[in-house]
Amino acid sequence: MTDSHPDFLQFCNVSKSFGATKAVDCVSLGVKRGEFFSLLGPSGCGKTTLLRLVAGFERPDLGTIVLDGRDLTDLPPHRRKVNTIFQSYALFPHLTVRENIAFGPRTAGWAKAEIARELDKMLHLIQMEAYAGQKPDQLSGGQKQRVAIARALINEPEVLLLDEPLAALDLKLRQRMLVELDQIHDEVGITFLYVTHDQAEAMSLSDRIAVMNAGRIEQVGSPFEIYESPRSSFVAAFIGDTNFLRGRVLECGDSGYACLEVGSFGPVRCRNGKQTRAGEHVYLSVRPEKFQITRDRPDPDGVHNVINGTVEDVIYLGTHTRYRVGVQESIISVFVQHSRLLHQEKIVNRNDEVWLRWHADDGFVVEKDLKDPKDPRDGR
Amino acid sequence: MIAEEPLSTKMNHKLRSSLPEILVTLPSLGWLTVFFVVPGVIVLAIAFKPAGAYGGIDDGWTWETIRSLGNPAYPSIVWRTVWLSAVTTLACILLATPTGYYVARSPLRQRRWLLLAVIVPFWTSFLIRIFAWKVLLHPDGILKRTLVALNLLAPETSLLYSSGAVLLVMVYTFLPFAVLPIFAAAEKFDFRLTEAARDLGATPFQAFRRVFLPGIRTGILTAVLVVFIPALGSYVIPDLVGGPGAEMIGNKIAQRTFVDRNLPHASALSACLMLAVLAPLLVLLFAPVRFRNRDKTGDGL
Repeated sequence: MTDSHPDFLQFCNVSKSFGATKAVDCVSLGVKRGEFFSLLGPSGCGKTTLLRLVAGFERPDLGTIVLDGRDLTDLPPHRRKVNTIFQSYALFPHLTVRENIAFGPRTAGWAKAEIARELDKMLHLIQMEAYAGQKPDQLSGGQKQRVAIARALINEPEVLLLDEPLAALDLKLRQRMLVELDQIHDEVGITFLYVTHDQAEAMSLSDRIAVMNAGRIEQVGSPFEIYESPRSSFVAAFIGDTNFLRGRVLECGDSGYACLEVGSFGPVRCRNGKQTRAGEHVYLSVRPEKFQITRDRPDPDGVHNVINGTVEDVIYLGTHTRYRVGVQESIISVFVQHSRLLHQEKIVNRNDEVWLRWHADDGFVVEKDLKDPKDPRDGR
Repeated sequence: MIAEEPLSTKMNHKLRSSLPEILVTLPSLGWLTVFFVVPGVIVLAIAFKPAGAYGGIDDGWTWETIRSLGNPAYPSIVWRTVWLSAVTTLACILLATPTGYYVARSPLRQRRWLLLAVIVPFWTSFLIRIFAWKVLLHPDGILKRTLVALNLLAPETSLLYSSGAVLLVMVYTFLPFAVLPIFAAAEKFDFRLTEAARDLGATPFQAFRRVFLPGIRTGILTAVLVVFIPALGSYVIPDLVGGPGAEMIGNKIAQRTFVDRNLPHASALSACLMLAVLAPLLVLLFAPVRFRNRDKTGDGL
């Protein structure tokens, strides 16, 4: 991810409405060559519309889409060097696997020998040599998925668009296809633009993720950045679990940190990327696994925050235990990983008075109001 | 080996459900036997009876009628019947396919109105509609006068009483029967497939031809059957808008029955027509099966 390279695929202030609904609202975004880039968001957030704008099935109302320096905006779908993998696969039912994969090359008028050679390569890549003569309705979901991938990849697109390609598969198959997709991306080196509502899929596959909500992009970054430093409450809540603690800013300014008063506790130190003023009410996001839970009061060390409360619920989940701790008027969810046997520490039980401790870097100021996520720094 | 299991399951299923299935189909089977098979056999049998002098049927059996079908006037009538029906079918399919595509792609509200427009002609009697065409095509009718006024037509040409007039009215009559099955197939068609074709580099026309047309082929096949077969038996249309030079086999059958009162001869012609209708029907019914079988052996190799 070197920033010296210009973006391979660029959205410049792209907007698209359907009637009164703004599906895509002034989106600007850059995808780099060879990148596995995911558009992640709940259904109706505009991620599929963004994909269809690249494919050419929709025209933007405003803005331009540039691929490799060329303006795509007015090109019809068949003149764009991008191919789509549809959620429904959209394999041609009257054609065999072989004919399906050969559809693009035949349309483009490749030589027969070349089609045959590339076809064999593709069938080998997706390991479907034995099924080349079958019709789509004789294939399983995973096999159809692979044929759809081969049918798109054989055209050597500049960008491969994937529209929730794993949504129709069951869990086991989905996990296997995740690995296969990753391998295929490594093997062909084509830019992948992947649309999904499943954060686990996006996290495991992507080089970078754009989290979308209500037609806008909330945050763009690597899975690590998105998870560890969410810029908005939406991102924090959509990617993984989190706790929101309501607080008041006591002091802010120095190098991206702020001090808050949370309930009657304070000062609580946390990271802050927002324009905040002292006295403002904000929300603090801390992920459940970032807490340490103890029955004894931990010693203050200047980098950790400490609050106390009462355990209201203990749920043993094998790999970890989930505690619900009542802290003044709010409930905080805490995950404790069982890296060691539990009985070596003091066991925390229901109704115990406990102390929660977390590092200042693990808490983030996020605004709570989802309707007004106006932050000049989140890439818009 | 893989194909064997679903096949045997299907057969078991077939055996298990066969009794209720037979009971359910029995009424329609009985109807067909009484009103289609039996009359058909009677018509066929009459063809082998000698004709009575006063329009009746005499006793005994004869090949005389069958031999008289070699009448030199027939081949040209048969040929005209076949080509008029074939061209009617072709024209109907060519008009109905884009129509079906358009109707299936239009929004639901608009689709209802368009479908209604296809069905509305049935509210008026078939005969009245043909007489309306007679008025339109009449030498003093609006159409002819307009065309002559625009210098598109010589004043002495006749629009009415020609093979062209028969073709025009036949296409008009049979078009809704072609639109409906094609629309039904197009409505079920998954238009994401044409989108996929466009994505793979096909122009709109290529997507239509290579993905949409194969996708609705059963609808087109049905349309061919429901247009071509009744067209072969057309009688009223050539009788009313066709002249003596536009006679079809149906007219000959009517003439033998009502004018010549030679029932065996009419029966023989009818039997020929029946066979002519059954032949393409059987071909179309069994063609896909053979096609599928060939596919399967291809897989096995």
